[in-house]
Amino acid sequence: MNWHSIFSVSLESIIGSTTIAYALAAIGLNVHFGYTGLLNFGQSAFLGVGAYGMAITVSTFDLPLWLGIIIGLAGAVVLALLLGIPTLRLRADYLAIVTIAAAEIIRLFYRATGLRKWTGASDGLQSFSQDFYDLNPFAGSKGINLFGDLITFTDRELWILVVGWTLVLLSCLVVFLLMRSPWGRVLKAIREDEDAVRSLGKNVFSYKMQSLVLGGVIGCLGGFVFGLDRAAIQPDTYGTEFTFFAYTIVILGGAARVFGPVVGASIFWVLLVFIDSTLSEASNDHVFPQWLMTTSQAGSVRYILVGLGLVLLLIYRPQGIFGDKREVMLDVR
Amino acid sequence: MLTAFLACVMLSFGIGATSAWAAGEALQGTLTNNGAPVPGVKIKAFSQDGAAVGEATSDDQGKWKIPVPAAGPYKVDLDVSSLPPGVTVTNGRPSLTPTVADGQERNVLFPLGGGAAVPGQNQPSAPTSGKLDRVADLLYSGIHFSLIIALAALGISLIFGTTGLTNFAHGEMVTFGALITFLFNVTLGLPLVISGVISVIVGAGVGYLQDRTFWGWLRKRRTNLVTMMIISIGLSLALRYLFLYFFGGESRAFSDYNAQAGHQYGPFLIAPKNLICDVIAIVALTAVSLALVMTRLGKATRAVADNPALAAASGINVDRIIRLVWTIGGALASLSGVILGAFQNVGYQMGFQILLLVFAAVTLGGFGTAWGALLGSLVIGLFIQFSTLWIPTELKTVGALGVLIVILLFRPQGILGRRARIG
Repeated sequence: MNWHSIFSVSLESIIGSTTIAYALAAIGLNVHFGYTGLLNFGQSAFLGVGAYGMAITVSTFDLPLWLGIIIGLAGAVVLALLLGIPTLRLRADYLAIVTIAAAEIIRLFYRATGLRKWTGASDGLQSFSQDFYDLNPFAGSKGINLFGDLITFTDRELWILVVGWTLVLLSCLVVFLLMRSPWGRVLKAIREDEDAVRSLGKNVFSYKMQSLVLGGVIGCLGGFVFGLDRAAIQPDTYGTEFTFFAYTIVILGGAARVFGPVVGASIFWVLLVFIDSTLSEASNDHVFPQWLMTTSQAGSVRYILVGLGLVLLLIYRPQGIFGDKREVMLDVR
Repeated sequence: MLTAFLACVMLSFGIGATSAWAAGEALQGTLTNNGAPVPGVKIKAFSQDGAAVGEATSDDQGKWKIPVPAAGPYKVDLDVSSLPPGVTVTNGRPSLTPTVADGQERNVLFPLGGGAAVPGQNQPSAPTSGKLDRVADLLYSGIHFSLIIALAALGISLIFGTTGLTNFAHGEMVTFGALITFLFNVTLGLPLVISGVISVIVGAGVGYLQDRTFWGWLRKRRTNLVTMMIISIGLSLALRYLFLYFFGGESRAFSDYNAQAGHQYGPFLIAPKNLICDVIAIVALTAVSLALVMTRLGKATRAVADNPALAAASGINVDRIIRLVWTIGGALASLSGVILGAFQNVGYQMGFQILLLVFAAVTLGGFGTAWGALLGSLVIGLFIQFSTLWIPTELKTVGALGVLIVILLFRPQGILGRRARIG
């Protein structure tokens, strides 16, 4: 068992790029679910649209990266409108079914062999991130090396961390300011009692739509970070599991809390990476007997744990770590 | 033999992610003549631009396989001169151009006959009869698939009707049914029919216990419905990967009736096992639907669905009814898994893959109505199959889910639903 590498990857994931991408996805989801009470189960689609919008523009059509980012953002807005128009007038679980279906539709399109020319089908797309790394002010430096090789980030990783955490903090600031404003109070009121808000003359549909767009755009930023960090995108990254992870993060950190999703993402990924790498090291070294756990089985344990974790959190502590009992739409006792 | 012989006729039902676990793209098939394997036949594959990709010779079981470098269309030629004397390709087409999807091991079918049919004789009428055969195939496989969906949809719809829970873990009950059957049939070696019966009983038991120990307890804690729905999503995730943990990622077949040859019933070429499955499914669906309408318990169930408080006040034991609904739902889901497994092999996410289609069917028919679930399933099943006439097979799920979204735009309560349920 190589404990050094286990602790190293676990500690790095406190602020790592995966954590950033999930934190952004969760901040967006928090706007939907935590503040407005919208059951969006297609958050992965917003990240996918962002990442693919950027990658297709740059890698398929050879256009500049800034244009790709604009197209990605526009894609997220359009997706939010398309999802919202049929469902936002209906009961909450219809939105859940439609968003999860839409996310699958979009993923199947990314995979479709007929569209290989543009999307690369199941191979995904590469070579779209050069413009981004050309801007790297840390290029050529040694990056970060703390505690004697325990936490190391290369110059490339450092650049994505700086950009990523800037985006996270900006998104948090936007959410904080908006939720203090009258606009944010209307959103929270919609979560508590839609009919009461309607009777006060507010256009509930329009507010929900604005919330869906805002959260989708924030999630889409996570898609950029995810794609640029790996310098490659693949359709199956943006499957339903992504959304379920983001939900677990929101509920773990505490819904309707500005920093809840960020702290939730850090804790979630540290735990998950620690368990994952410990199990895979253990099964590689045959610590467990072969009938109990093989290396390929070790990979599925994380999903089982996330699923169980989500169930237990919802039953015993739906407000998560930092949530306020009065503010969570899930019933708390 | 893992891949059913008929898969290429019936168009396999892989839904996107199925292929994620497959090793690589390949063309494969099994050559049989009246049930006997035909070894030593040479088959060559060419890419679209005519370059040779590989060749294979069928082995003692008549099987052949040519790995191909990437997804896409290929030309597959069967060397007619290497066939045993007197044996011919009955439809007179020894050269086919199948399209391999990503990660797919595409089955290519060369129907062989004992020299009875002379190639060329069928040629003039081939194009029209080919089209008709295709439509007949799609019609039958659409009905077959919609029965599989309907079994799961009826359970979801009844559970939603009586408890208000949108159960995302229902797909895992379908997978569970198939896995239990696999356990008894393949691991323990019991016949498929007995394993299927055991699986339905176990499924009913699990449905009962699930409500007895878990959902009933949550209801008693007055957990709200949104929370319960997210709990069911967490449960579905945990169960799905628990299945992966124990079953593994590849899809495997039951040990009986695998490569059952089709029988010609009028224009339909149907494997008898599928026909028997259909009869069982129709009997089960009719029995449950009639029981809902005709029996006292069925009346009580509808009363609970309509207004639980009023039902309780008039002396109906609401908890007992809900437990009964879960039991029936579990049994139907298991049956659906058994039939799906016999039709397209057993995999750890087979239930999750049809779950969205089941939701589409239930929404289309109208949430909480039993007849609506059946009608919606029929529409979705047929729509999925017939859409492959115009769109690529790998995108047929997209069509069905697209229909779901369009329906919600124009008639959100579904075909048979009531306005009051949606708002």
